Formats: sequence, structure tokens, C-alpha cells
Amino acid sequence: MYKLLLCWRYLRTRWIALASVVSVTLGVATMIVVNAVMAGFSHEMQTRIHGILSDIVFESHSLSGFQDPQWHMDEIRRAAGDDIAGMTPTVAVPAMLNFQVRGQWVTRQIMFIGIDEASHAQVSDFGRYLQHPANRTQLSFDLRDGGYDTVDSQQTESTLPTRPALEGAGWPHRRMRVERERLWRQKLEADKRVGAAAAAPTRSVDQQVDAVLAATAADAPAVAAGTDGTATAPADPFRKARPEEGTRMDPAKEQFTGIVPGIGLASFRDKEGIDRFLVLPGDDVKVTFPTAATPPKAVSDTFTVVDFYESKMSEYDSNFVFVPIAALQRMRGMIDPQSGLASVNSIQIKLREGADLDRVRDTLRKVFPADLYSVATWRDKQGPLLMAVDMEMSVLNILLFLIIAVAGFGILAIFFMIVVEKTRDIGILKSLGAGSSGIAGIFLGYGLFLGIVGAGVGLALGLGIAWNINAIRAGVEWCTGQRVFDPSIYYFYKIPAIVHPFTVAWIILGALGIAVGSSVLPALRAARLHPVEALRHE
Amino acid sequence: MSDTSAGLLRVRNLRKSYRSGDSRLEVLRGVDFDLARGEFVSVVGQSGSGKSTLLHLMGLLDGADSGEITLDGTRIDGLSASRRDRLRNTCVGMVFQSYHLLPELDALENVLAPLMVRHGVFEWLRVRGEARGRARELLDRFGLGGRLRHKPRQLSGGEMQRVAIARALVTSPRVLLADEPTGNLDEATGQGILDTLGELNHADGLSIVLVTHDAAVARRADRIVRLAAGRVEEAVPVAARMAG
Repeated sequence: MYKLLLCWRYLRTRWIALASVVSVTLGVATMIVVNAVMAGFSHEMQTRIHGILSDIVFESHSLSGFQDPQWHMDEIRRAAGDDIAGMTPTVAVPAMLNFQVRGQWVTRQIMFIGIDEASHAQVSDFGRYLQHPANRTQLSFDLRDGGYDTVDSQQTESTLPTRPALEGAGWPHRRMRVERERLWRQKLEADKRVGAAAAAPTRSVDQQVDAVLAATAADAPAVAAGTDGTATAPADPFRKARPEEGTRMDPAKEQFTGIVPGIGLASFRDKEGIDRFLVLPGDDVKVTFPTAATPPKAVSDTFTVVDFYESKMSEYDSNFVFVPIAALQRMRGMIDPQSGLASVNSIQIKLREGADLDRVRDTLRKVFPADLYSVATWRDKQGPLLMAVDMEMSVLNILLFLIIAVAGFGILAIFFMIVVEKTRDIGILKSLGAGSSGIAGIFLGYGLFLGIVGAGVGLALGLGIAWNINAIRAGVEWCTGQRVFDPSIYYFYKIPAIVHPFTVAWIILGALGIAVGSSVLPALRAARLHPVEALRHE
Repeated sequence: MSDTSAGLLRVRNLRKSYRSGDSRLEVLRGVDFDLARGEFVSVVGQSGSGKSTLLHLMGLLDGADSGEITLDGTRIDGLSASRRDRLRNTCVGMVFQSYHLLPELDALENVLAPLMVRHGVFEWLRVRGEARGRARELLDRFGLGGRLRHKPRQLSGGEMQRVAIARALVTSPRVLLADEPTGNLDEATGQGILDTLGELNHADGLSIVLVTHDAAVARRADRIVRLAAGRVEEAVPVAARMAG
């Protein structure tokens, strides 16, 4: 009983010992916050990567792919049928995206991915990342009649900047654009007629404007006009493959093949955090991609943007462009003219909940020869990145734990001082019949008490910071005027923080262990004191 | 081994030496000492005569090199550390020159300390009421009823020594060992303490060993044992000596 009482009294009367525990507090708080934020980032990143990649990706090494995806899917199902929840074929080729902004052509390097619009959303979170609510439930490559989100559907706070540019996107934007171009053309032609009568210098300016306009607006009519002459030739295989180009189309009522580019390709975030769009759903763009022939030839075609894809992983958002798989297969010549079978590059496989990724991968690797096919889980695909994050976390944890260990030495030093100071009291207690283990117990208990106080305050502080990290960030930004967390880098609007109770328990246990551990030596010293000598101590 | 006629405490041929560096300092060189039940004995001697060491050995704070100590007919030297702790807690009460109260605890808690040492937490919760009653009673008896919640630094020397005596008695020990209990006190206060001890001896039949270097203080006892150079020089009944 005296042990508890004395621990308690020492705790209340020895402020210097509490000071030694401040570093335990800070260490615990820092570790909790850092772990929460790191876990948040890691989780966010894994969700996004996993949302883009399916559980297992089955690929051919060759760019022209493998024939008859249905047969492959049947084989996969036969090999690992029990674990498979869904499959979808895809074709992915490197390509170039070209679009016009204020008369200038902008070219971006992209990964052009043909997907099956019916089944693709089933194997990954693809659907979740689209900007039109209807597309999120079922993707369609047909342009929507407005209704695109002006507020990011993935964010939870309503105070964030909206995307007013998407307000009229879709058919209204397309019709308005076509109308504006028509008016422009009329005006120019009228000017030209006037200019023809007028002086020569104005004429050259008109010619320049004409050239720009021809490129800006009249793409579709120009292409249509270009192919018009051959449209009547029935033997032309090119015409057969792309029947829509054989006839003159009205851009105000019709669209080209729909594509869904990553949002990073079409927009940028300005200093205020507002997204500025270069291209909107309803605009037409050109894509240049290689055919499946040997050697590959570059072909170009016009597409209509129908939605944006925003996974918030900038690597993907500024690289991926999705297109209907059938269209891409046709345009690349991936359909065997004799059998009519189309080729694909890869098959995305989704596994059932709880299935062992690595086991299924190994099963598939046994069935399909490694020199023709590569089978990889989403973790394999992003292995180095995920490993780097894990390693970063463990290194940080070791470093931060050293802070608490340093605190342990502080406790050790102060406890030795307290034992010296309390030598006579130890003698008194021994003269009253307290055993050595009891005396040691006082100091171990005192260490534990201090550890509990330090770790407890640290826990409260750490959780407080972790749960309010965004408010704190806002406060720091307001105070310093310095941007602490730039959403345009990460494409998250706020710092993610996940507190794992297990990690917190480990941190607390570690801190308590260090507090008790560093009081062991002073406690032993106190226990070994000779009662007579201790009583004589002044 | 046991010899009931010898009374409560019996010490035979007790030897104790301390080592300091290479030299060996013999403090007790074969001391014989007897304390009858209910007897009040003073041990006197000059500084370094070994009187405090004798007291510490009888109080089981230290182990002897050789010789034997018997309490109530039972050998108490050479016991294991835990049995020695237990015996010290239950059978011996000690009072020191500089009071030796715990500064963090108030008067009542200081008196209760030996009982807290004896009992574990849960046992303590059970016996707490009774223990507090006894401690209060003792402090009341020593005129400290109004100072239960005062810390040692708020008490005078005489009050502190009375708290220390109450602490020594709260366990109902068989013998009270007092090491210069008046050494830090002025004469009047010292007399008060000695009166208290005398009264405890007369009224309650408490067996007391009082170590002092002051002949006047020693004379308050029934008998005086004089130690010199680690041996008993003479043991004189006070009455006989006064008569002679």
C-alpha cells in the first residue's frame, strides 16, 4: 500500500520528474501524428492505385496483343475459377493527344486504353472517378446532355472551390461551340467579301485568320469533305471500318467516338486551387496512335471528349485516356479479317473478396507461359512505390522512437537523483520493515506512473492533432502565409489521417516500456541501499 | 537454545566489524546484553563505543558477524532478508535521533506507514478503519490530536519525535528501541519525550532500550549498561547506583 501512496505523493511533489516526461509526451504525440498521416497517405495511394488497376493484370508482352480474349478468359476461369469475380479485356497503346487551345495545338503523350464500357467498372473503381453522375453508375461513351458535376464528387467538404466550367459541358457546350464557329465563319466570309473590294493589306490578315479558323472549327467538315470523294467506292476497306466518316456529319447533332481523358490532361489547377479547363466534354480532340501492323504505323483520328477521369493520382490523371475497346481494335486493325476475332493486350481480373492474390497469380503463371504472357497483381505493378512508402514509414518510426529512448535516459538521470535525494527515506522505510522488492517497486511504479502520465498526455495530444490536422494546417497557413499542403500536387483536398488503434497501442506500450525500463537501474540501486547507511545519510 | 528466564531480548557474544578500505574496524567485540520483559534499559557510552550498532543489530537493520540474538526465546540472527523485514515490522519499534519521518506524508500517514508496509493494497482497504482509529488514539494520547494532517516540516522537533514514537508503537511491538531520541531537542522538550517513554514503560509495561550518551537521560531507565570499545563495561541498576 505504501508503494502506491508514495508513488502518488512523489508524482505530485516532484515537478522535475514530470519535466523529464515531456519528451515522452512529445515523442508519443509525434509518432501518433506521423503514423496517422503516413497511413492516411499510404491508404489513399493504395486505394487509388488499386482503384485503377484491377486485382490481377494478365498481359501480353507484344503491343499487338493476343487473339481471342474469350478463349483466354475461359482458360483463366478454368484455372482459378473459384476466386474470380469478374474479368474484362483491355487494349492499351502509347499515343499522342492533340487539342487546340486558342488557336494553338497542344500535344500530350498519353496511354490510350480501350475498355469494355459494360464490364470495366466491375473489375476496378473506374466508374467512381468519372464526373457525370450517370456515367458513375454505367459508363456510356455517348456525350451527355449536361449535368456534369461542378463540385468534385469525391470531396466531402463543401467549402472547396467548385468547377463552374463544367456547368454547361456536354451537348449544350458542343452546340454553342458549333454555333459560335458558324457565326465566325459567316463574319469572316462577309469580311472577306468586303475586303476583296477594299485595299490589299487587310487581305493578308484575313488569310491568316482563315487559316486558323480552318484548323479550329472545320475539322469535321474538312475531314468529311476530304473523304467525300471516296465515299462512294464500296471496295475501300478504310471506309468499311469507319462508316461514320463516309458521310457528312453535323457536329451540332452528332459526335465522334467518345473518349474519357484523365482530368490532368485537360485542366490545370491555378493558385487559388480552382481547376481551369482547356478542353470540356463536348469538344473534339485528335489522337495519334500506332496500328497493330508490323512495323506499326501512326494513324490519327478525331474523338469527342465525353467525360473526365479523376483518380487523384496525378500520374494516371495526366496520362490515361479511355476509349471504347471495339473502336480502338478496329482503328488499330486488331481484328483478324478472316476469323473476325479481335486481339487484346490484357485482361483485367477481379478476385472475390478475401481471395489470395499471390496464389491466384502463381496458378495463372503456371498455366500461361511466361515468355508470352505476364501475370501480375496490382501490388506487383506498384511494388517499388508501395515498398518505398513502407520503408519510409519504418525508418521514420525508428527515428521517432529514438526520441522516446532519449527521454528514457532523461528519466534514468532524474531517477538517480531522486534515489540519492530519498536515500534517508528509503532507510526509514526499511527500518519500518519494507523489503528490497518493495523499495524497488516504489521506483518502478513511479516510473510507470510517469510513463502513463507522459504517454497519456502524448496520446491525447497526438490524437487531437491527427483528428484535426486539416484545421491545424489551415491555422498554420493562415499564420505563416506559407502553403503547407498543396492540393495540386497530391490531388487530395485535405491531408488524410488514419489512426490505427494497433499502432497507437504499440507506441503507448513502447513508451511505457521505456519509462519503466529506465527506472529499473535506479530502483535496483534504491533496493540495494543498506538500511543503516541510508539512515545515516544526510 | 531458548532460555525463558533470560527475559525478552538476549544478546550473547555479539561481534560486528566494518571494513573501511584495508583496515578493519571492530565495533562490537563480544557483547552480552539482556532485556527483561517490561524493563527500561539505557545503553550509554562514548561516540564510537558501538551502542548504536548494538541497537541496529537488535533492530535487525544489520547482520552480526557472530554471536546470537534471541527474542522471546527465538533466534533472530541469521534469518532470511524477508523474515527479517517481517520481524522488524511486527516485533520492533524504532525511534531515532533525527525523527526520520517521511516528508511527503502527514502526521497520521507517517504513523500508519508501518501498517501500510505490512498490508497489501486490498488488505489495507479492509483494515484501514481500524488502523486509523489506533493511530489517532496514539496521536491523541501524545497531544497531537489537532495536528493529524500536518506535514513533518510544519511540526516542532518535540512533536515530530512524538509522531515517531506513535509510529513505532502503532504495530504494538514487543520492544521499543530508541537511538538518542532527545539528542536534537532542547532540555525541556527532551524531558517531555523521556516522560512519555517512562509512562509507556510504567503504564503499558513496554520494554524499552534507550541508547544515549547523556548520563542524565540514561538515569531515567531502570538499569544502565555502559559500553566501551565494543564491550559491556558495567551493568548497573540505577537504584543501586544512586544508593551507592
